[in-house]
Amino acid sequence: MQARQKDSLLVASVKDSLGAAVITFALACVMIGLRVDVASGRGAELFLEHRWLAVAVAVLVVFAGRLAMNIFFWKREDPPSLNLSGLMPKGGLGAGSSNIIKYGLLGLAVVLPFVLMFWLGARGSRQYIDLAILVLTYVMLGWGLNIVVGLAGLLDLGYVAFYAVGAYSYALLAHYFGFSFWLCLPLAGILAAFWGIILGFPVLRLRGDYLAIVTLAFGEIIRVVLLNWYQFTGGPDGLSGIPRPSFFGLEFTRGEGGFASFFGLDYSSIHRIIFLYYLIFAMALFTNFVTMRLRRMPIGRAWEALREDEIACRALGINTTNTKLTAFALGAMFAGFAGSFFATRQGFISPESFTFLESAIILAIVVLGGLGSQIGVVIAAIVMIGGFEFFREFEEYRMLVFGMIMVVIMVWKPRGLISSRTPSVALSRNAKGISADLVQEGHG
Amino acid sequence: MSTWDNNPVLKVEHLTMRFGGLTAINDLSFNIGRGDITALIGPNGAGKTTVFNCITGFYKPTEGRLVMNRSNGEKHLLERMADFKITADAKVARTFQNIRLFGGMTILENLMVAQHNPLMVASNWTIGGLLGLGGYKKSNVDAIETAKYWLERIDLIDRADAPAADLSYGDQRRLEIARAMCTGPELLCLDEPAAGLNPKESLELNNLLQYIRKEHDTSVVLIEHDMSVVMEISDHVVVLDYGVKISDGSPEFVKNDPHVIAAYLGVEDDEVDQVEEEVGIA
Ligand SMILES: Nc1ncnc2c1ncn2[C@@H]1O[C@H](COP(=O)(O)OP(=O)(O)O)[C@@H](O)[C@H]1O
Ligand SMILES: [Mg+2]
Repeated sequence: MQARQKDSLLVASVKDSLGAAVITFALACVMIGLRVDVASGRGAELFLEHRWLAVAVAVLVVFAGRLAMNIFFWKREDPPSLNLSGLMPKGGLGAGSSNIIKYGLLGLAVVLPFVLMFWLGARGSRQYIDLAILVLTYVMLGWGLNIVVGLAGLLDLGYVAFYAVGAYSYALLAHYFGFSFWLCLPLAGILAAFWGIILGFPVLRLRGDYLAIVTLAFGEIIRVVLLNWYQFTGGPDGLSGIPRPSFFGLEFTRGEGGFASFFGLDYSSIHRIIFLYYLIFAMALFTNFVTMRLRRMPIGRAWEALREDEIACRALGINTTNTKLTAFALGAMFAGFAGSFFATRQGFISPESFTFLESAIILAIVVLGGLGSQIGVVIAAIVMIGGFEFFREFEEYRMLVFGMIMVVIMVWKPRGLISSRTPSVALSRNAKGISADLVQEGHG
Repeated sequence: MSTWDNNPVLKVEHLTMRFGGLTAINDLSFNIGRGDITALIGPNGAGKTTVFNCITGFYKPTEGRLVMNRSNGEKHLLERMADFKITADAKVARTFQNIRLFGGMTILENLMVAQHNPLMVASNWTIGGLLGLGGYKKSNVDAIETAKYWLERIDLIDRADAPAADLSYGDQRRLEIARAMCTGPELLCLDEPAAGLNPKESLELNNLLQYIRKEHDTSVVLIEHDMSVVMEISDHVVVLDYGVKISDGSPEFVKNDPHVIAAYLGVEDDEVDQVEEEVGIA
């Protein structure tokens, strides 16, 4: 029985692959095998070149590739994708190891700048602290989007719009009114939340694919407006000279009254970088803190219930429109905070920083991390953004590798890296996480 | 005049629901008595679920009025209200023919979501709760107590932290009823609560319904196919066929009503014996 089945697997695969090879041969004969060229030597005369070797290679590649796919994936009853996911611990990480990761990462993040300084010196560590700032920005954005996508189950493809609103709010308020960063930070969040409500109101009636498309369009609209409103936003030239943040009124400048002289340190530009690092670290932690608290409150539970079953929510007297709007607005608010941080860190912003690719990356972080999982977002952000930067030399292949990693992870752990949901309230002390297989992803 | 006409909790008046050319309910009027268990019966496709969807605001009736009389004297015209307001303000709760639990959330969480509205008020629409103001903490504890109370009623207290999707079918049915009860309803609409239950589960369901009627100010209206269940627990039976009311009265009255017998016999020839037996005329 076993042998016969193996046999038939092989035979079926070979048959199928031979068929593919024949089709390839037929196509390749014409498309690859014949090449018309202009012969330079003989007075620009056309001549036909036969490339039988190339045809043979093409046919062989298709045959071997298809055979391999047949044997290992398509025709098997237990494709390795299943085996692979079987290798991972079931139901995600246990509470214990997940806690170790959580506090380990937190401790590392706290001491990171000093470790780097100690190890590489001010000059050498700057690049890595910059990278860490970037990762933390994406962690914060991921956590913000996690409220919308992971908790409320609303697929938002235009999240970067609110990041842009935050960044431009600060840049414009500083440009026209000379407001400081600390005043603009809350304003940027409020403005982004406000835009979240305005955009959300008409959009949130839609579900699933429709919602995704419309949010995508809104993201692009905001970018196009920023790009074309030249008098106000500077259009493609962007806005430069955005003021840097101060440390309780102390500027990070050389000389009297600056941060360094106040604390009796030698001036170094690294001070500001480290300050920015701790600033975004605090902002990200704030996002996480608020989200985790909200999850345990009625509104957070309503978000998750909405993701599970919207009709049941309405039958329980929950105003689903308002509930969705709060999720949307809150996610937008955190993007707004992150945006104003981005503006003050760069000192220069232009619409180019807020393309759809940014939305896609943030969404990828949330999905890869495991919808709704806070620690998953951190791991995914480190892997993706860190990976991007480390492979900067292979510019052309980055997207290719990025795509491959996505595919591998989705095959390996379809529910993301951390795929278990912690109950928001429990009677017993040792309540277990809920396996992601049971958790709905939401329909819009 | 029967008791349900004296003090109805819900008056259905000339309710008509059309879907394009199809008239699913045609000029239907009946009363649901306060404190009664009312059964809505009828063959498949008679329009029973549609009546529930109209009462709970999921469909807007084409014509007719639905008057909810709350025990505090408030009157609500359900046909004009948004679905979530009907549960929140008019205090009508429902379950679904195909169970709709929050499967990825725990059993306790399911019951907590049902207490969303009072908890939102207690948390000052989240702001007070986020800042840790006192009122919310107490309400949260109370809400957990309410949930525990219902979990004990449905014998699921030991599994409070298990995901709802892991429960057996019968447990899911009862959890859905408990969840609806956590909204503090005055009228509870149950769409085929006994469908697919084994005799033991069916008995547990009966006990739960009797308990609700005895201990809570909740009137129950249920859609049911199993005649033995209907005869045993209901005070009042309304029979629908093709969207029209064909009988309305006590179980005894309905059981012997020739219209009902005809309608049930007219369903399908091969079901005659079975139906005769169910109606009790064989
Ligand atoms: N949303 C709808 N659109 C069109 N027709 C519907 C809709 N809902 C119910 N119907 C029709 O109304 C009739 C009654 O259905 P229903 O109320 O579900 O019957 P039941 O008594 O079995 O619960 C059926 O013919 C059904 O096809
Ligand atoms: Mg039905």
